[in-house]
Amino acid sequence: MDRWDGGDMKELAEWVIRDLFSKNPDTWQYTWAIYLAGMALAAVICLGFVAVFAGPVTWVERRTAGRIMSRIGPNRVGPQGVLQWLADGIKNLLKEDLIPDDADKPLFRLAPYLVFSGMFGTFVVLPFGANLIAADLDIGVLYLMAVTTLVVVGLLTAGWASNSKWALYGGIRSAAQLVSYEVPIAFALLVVVISTGSLSTQAIIKAQGGWPWQWFVAKNPFTFIAFFLLLTSAMAEGNRIPFDLPEAESELVAGYNTEYSGMRFLFFLFEEWANLWIMGAITTLCFLGGWQIPGVSPEKISASSGWTFVGWQLLSFAIFAAKVSWIVFIVIQARWTLPRLRVDQLMSTCWKYLVPMTLVCIAGVLFMDLYIVQGGITDKIIRWIMTLLGAAVIVLFFLRARYNYKMDKDKYPGLRNEKMWYPPYRMP
Amino acid sequence: MLSYEAILLLIVLGIAISVVFVLISKFLGPKNPNARKKSVYECGAEPQGSARKRFPVKFYMIALLFLLFDIEAVFLYPWAKLFRELGFLGFVEMGIFMLVLIVGLIYAWRKGALEWE
Repeated sequence: MDRWDGGDMKELAEWVIRDLFSKNPDTWQYTWAIYLAGMALAAVICLGFVAVFAGPVTWVERRTAGRIMSRIGPNRVGPQGVLQWLADGIKNLLKEDLIPDDADKPLFRLAPYLVFSGMFGTFVVLPFGANLIAADLDIGVLYLMAVTTLVVVGLLTAGWASNSKWALYGGIRSAAQLVSYEVPIAFALLVVVISTGSLSTQAIIKAQGGWPWQWFVAKNPFTFIAFFLLLTSAMAEGNRIPFDLPEAESELVAGYNTEYSGMRFLFFLFEEWANLWIMGAITTLCFLGGWQIPGVSPEKISASSGWTFVGWQLLSFAIFAAKVSWIVFIVIQARWTLPRLRVDQLMSTCWKYLVPMTLVCIAGVLFMDLYIVQGGITDKIIRWIMTLLGAAVIVLFFLRARYNYKMDKDKYPGLRNEKMWYPPYRMP
Repeated sequence: MLSYEAILLLIVLGIAISVVFVLISKFLGPKNPNARKKSVYECGAEPQGSARKRFPVKFYMIALLFLLFDIEAVFLYPWAKLFRELGFLGFVEMGIFMLVLIVGLIYAWRKGALEWE
């Protein structure tokens, strides 16, 4: 049996036909059935993964919020409350399915599916590991941007169809916000495309390396800035605080999902939590080296066979998931530490700061690419400086968090004898 | 072509599963609607009129700007992919294209299209 060295589901299907059934995939009459089965399998795996990620991350976020706000958070369902998300899901499943009398009923029903498919469609091109991707499209990045726009249509539909003033405000605001922040995202991704020369997500990852100084974030000062611009715009695109104007509960009740209840409401929330993975995955694959294992080239992974191959896949998935979780945690922490922006500040942040800055980044990357030889001495020096800068940012982040916690300890007598650090599974 | 069929299948399957969940909830959930429950939420008071009124023109302005810049981005992607092969000439040509749009952004800015009041 020869090894499967393909990139996506299509090549896996061809491998199955060739080696398990010993048929030629071009002429065999049941080729389409194997293809269909492979694609269905990919869809089920992706859906399962989204559900298993989006559920528990709600618990993680609520516990983190509890910790930041000096309270406990959900800790009753299961050990330390880990099954809270399941209880919430079942509760929503058993709720009454309400549609307002004044609502535009077909559109009201359609909106959650639009939002859901906009979110779920991105998982086709998001890689999970070295050879784990549903379909490695040539136009990956462009597809990613195109399909996320479906979410805007869904939110606007939800707001309009509800025929409620709050929902309409929320829907229109979210449409304005999401389309605005789409522009800096497109330009920040352009920086990556220029550096890679390809739009395929796997090719972008393969253009980087396993070590931090081989990542695009450390390539030159402009990609370093572009990383932060992309992360900021992705947070806005995912409706996270400080950019969660569409559902600002203090001014808009709940925004576009005011009139939704039960399962349909859950789909909006589901999209929001799954978006955390999407934004983490996009920033990771574009700037943080994706699933690359330090010291192991993608060719070596493809050349291995049997259990070694499976091992490399799992290791690459673990690395990718670790990087994404780190981004997700930063986004969660930002949600509970930053105040919300005003609408006018939101728009000027996008059009007056992010868009010009991303344009400058594009120009800078163009010059760097034209005049700095890859692998030359200048390139190496720049990469090392940027890596050290990145490390300094991370160290500063931890020092700052520690400083704030110590300040709280001094202020509140109740915290005086508490430990500085808790293991993640046992929060105070 | 197969990759695109995979996208279609994935989205269709995703929607199918979500429809199934909504149907399950329809059968499992209680059903005792009343007029109060079925009216829209408006701070606890009786809803006043329809919500489908006109909304401010600034949203249209944002939409127009978005169209302009998103189409610019779409034009830039194929060029960015071929940037290395096109070399300096491609850089100059695209620089002129982008300059026109940057001038457009500055114009919109100076005109006050980016102000939000």
